[in-house]
Amino acid sequence: MILPKNKLNHWLAALKKHDLFTPTRNGDVVLFSPFSGEKDVILEGRPTLGPKGILFPQTETLFTYRIGKNAEIVDAADKRTKRIIFGIRPCDARAFSVLDNLFKDEYQDTYYLNAREATTLVGLTCSQPNTNCFCTSLSGSPGERDDVDILLTDLGDGYYVDIVTEKGQILVDENYQLFSEVSDSDESRKEAIIADAEKSISRMIDSTDLPNKLGKIFESDYWNKTAMKCIGCGTCTYLCPTCYCFDIQDEIQGIKGKRARMWDSCMYPEYTIHTSGHNPRPARMNRIRNRVYHKFKYYHDNFDVHLCIGCGRCVDKCPVNIDIIDIITHVKEGAQ
Amino acid sequence: MSNPYVPRLAKVVEIRKEVGGPRPIKTFKMEFNDPNIRNSFEFKQGQTAMLSVLGVGESMFAISSPSTRKGYIECSVMNAGGKNTTALHQLEVGDTVAIRGPYGNHFPLDDWKGKNLIFIGGGIGQAPLRSVYMTALDRRDEFGDILIIYGARTSDDLAFKYELDELEKREDVDLRLCLDWKFGPGGKIQEEAEAGWKVINTEEPACTLDEDSLCSKFTCFVPELVLVMAPRSENTIALTCGPPIMIKFVVQNLSKLGFHPQQIYTTMEMRMKCGIGKCGRCNIGNLYVCKDGPVFTNEELKNVQGER
Repeated sequence: MILPKNKLNHWLAALKKHDLFTPTRNGDVVLFSPFSGEKDVILEGRPTLGPKGILFPQTETLFTYRIGKNAEIVDAADKRTKRIIFGIRPCDARAFSVLDNLFKDEYQDTYYLNAREATTLVGLTCSQPNTNCFCTSLSGSPGERDDVDILLTDLGDGYYVDIVTEKGQILVDENYQLFSEVSDSDESRKEAIIADAEKSISRMIDSTDLPNKLGKIFESDYWNKTAMKCIGCGTCTYLCPTCYCFDIQDEIQGIKGKRARMWDSCMYPEYTIHTSGHNPRPARMNRIRNRVYHKFKYYHDNFDVHLCIGCGRCVDKCPVNIDIIDIITHVKEGAQ
Repeated sequence: MSNPYVPRLAKVVEIRKEVGGPRPIKTFKMEFNDPNIRNSFEFKQGQTAMLSVLGVGESMFAISSPSTRKGYIECSVMNAGGKNTTALHQLEVGDTVAIRGPYGNHFPLDDWKGKNLIFIGGGIGQAPLRSVYMTALDRRDEFGDILIIYGARTSDDLAFKYELDELEKREDVDLRLCLDWKFGPGGKIQEEAEAGWKVINTEEPACTLDEDSLCSKFTCFVPELVLVMAPRSENTIALTCGPPIMIKFVVQNLSKLGFHPQQIYTTMEMRMKCGIGKCGRCNIGNLYVCKDGPVFTNEELKNVQGER
């Protein structure tokens, strides 16, 4: 199907009956925020942060409780309001597919999985990837359709609408009058746009055999050298669409309290320090190494997929230019 | 889909002061409020539970009661100065706690039928071992010889004393206790040994137990006592929990006695938040101590790369 550009606002207006999130300018950054009008929607360029927080909020109440004589616990998990993430990039959508493995494994993470089920992803092809994008090295593509429910591709005068799943079909069917038929030329224009976008990606990693290779250089001095310039700010983990580590804290006022989880970062020493004072990862070297190994070895050992989707945000925003692509390249080229 | 993050409320029905001093240990006996859960709750020896004072926090503890006793669980908690352990130590009988679990793997007693079992514990490390040997004693016919070696800094630091006295009287258990050496400027100070605790000097060559075979109280370090007791490795499983430095030398000495790393079991500790392998922090390599542990053979630990 084709959605003419002048119909986009109609479609967004119709989708607004659900919780609709769109990439929205907020000062210097573009974040996925509740839809506030078509003029605020920014569909060009890569959003500063992916929409990870819509399914896995930065702070999320797990349950509320009352203490004392009449102690009781009230589960807060059952949030199933239908949500739509509009304009999600294929890499960020892929991050959810990667994270599904963890949240489904053994113990079902009710909060994430309920939100995931209630969410429809309307993806948007990245026609102009950023300098540090490397999704194609991790079996992704700027036009990857596997992880979204609908994939839009900007053809200039309209959007090519690729319906991938039943969830996506519903959003189109409910508003069928907005869409027109695809012509052969639309089809080939879309293919060309995706092919051009793929070609424009210049940074690469070779992820084949990476877990095995990493296994051989755990004790290498390379990790000390790499960590020398790290200032431990944790920006890489907060920007990362696949970083999921979290903390759990209690908050209480009087006899009413809640337990919440919040994003944490493996780059901070407090993350692993024991009550005894012992810290298994006391130095930044340990923490950087663990982050690289978690992404390219441990997660792969457990789920057969790398915990990285090649969005390049950590490369762009690291204040001291630590570059995961360079790290992997060095590892592959035989860092000893 | 049941929510793994929501704990169940339980009442503290008994509190036993195990150890006083600056690092006190208390054992909490707890019963779930909901009678259905109380009756159906099952765990295996070595498994853990997330124990929480609501409003304060949640931490993972070994369940120290035997898996054969139903209707309650016990956790033995050292007040390590953290928020939750401090709050737990302020609890009184009748207070409410919140419990999640049981979590993690366990000591596979069912695989050890007919084998001799050796328990080697130090300090609060005795808590998970207690669950296993009390379970094994409830199923005494299924196992061969049972040897328990347990050490602490001083006699006041030994936990489960009431039970140790009972165990000492039993003919079907060999219990050997030891207290740490005191050190002075010149090294070990023999005169500082507590009365009734026989000094063993392992620095003398060929130190054996011949003359002391009936003595059960020694002044020496746990790994030294392992060497002196010299248990046979054939058809035997050794379980050891305690401070990392103790475990290190216990394992070395067990190796000297011919134990294969697959015969040596221990538990690992890590900081934990979720207890179900999601929050990320308790990994050793790709293994999560909360769900893939806490019980590991020495063989498994040798083969996994990662900080611990």
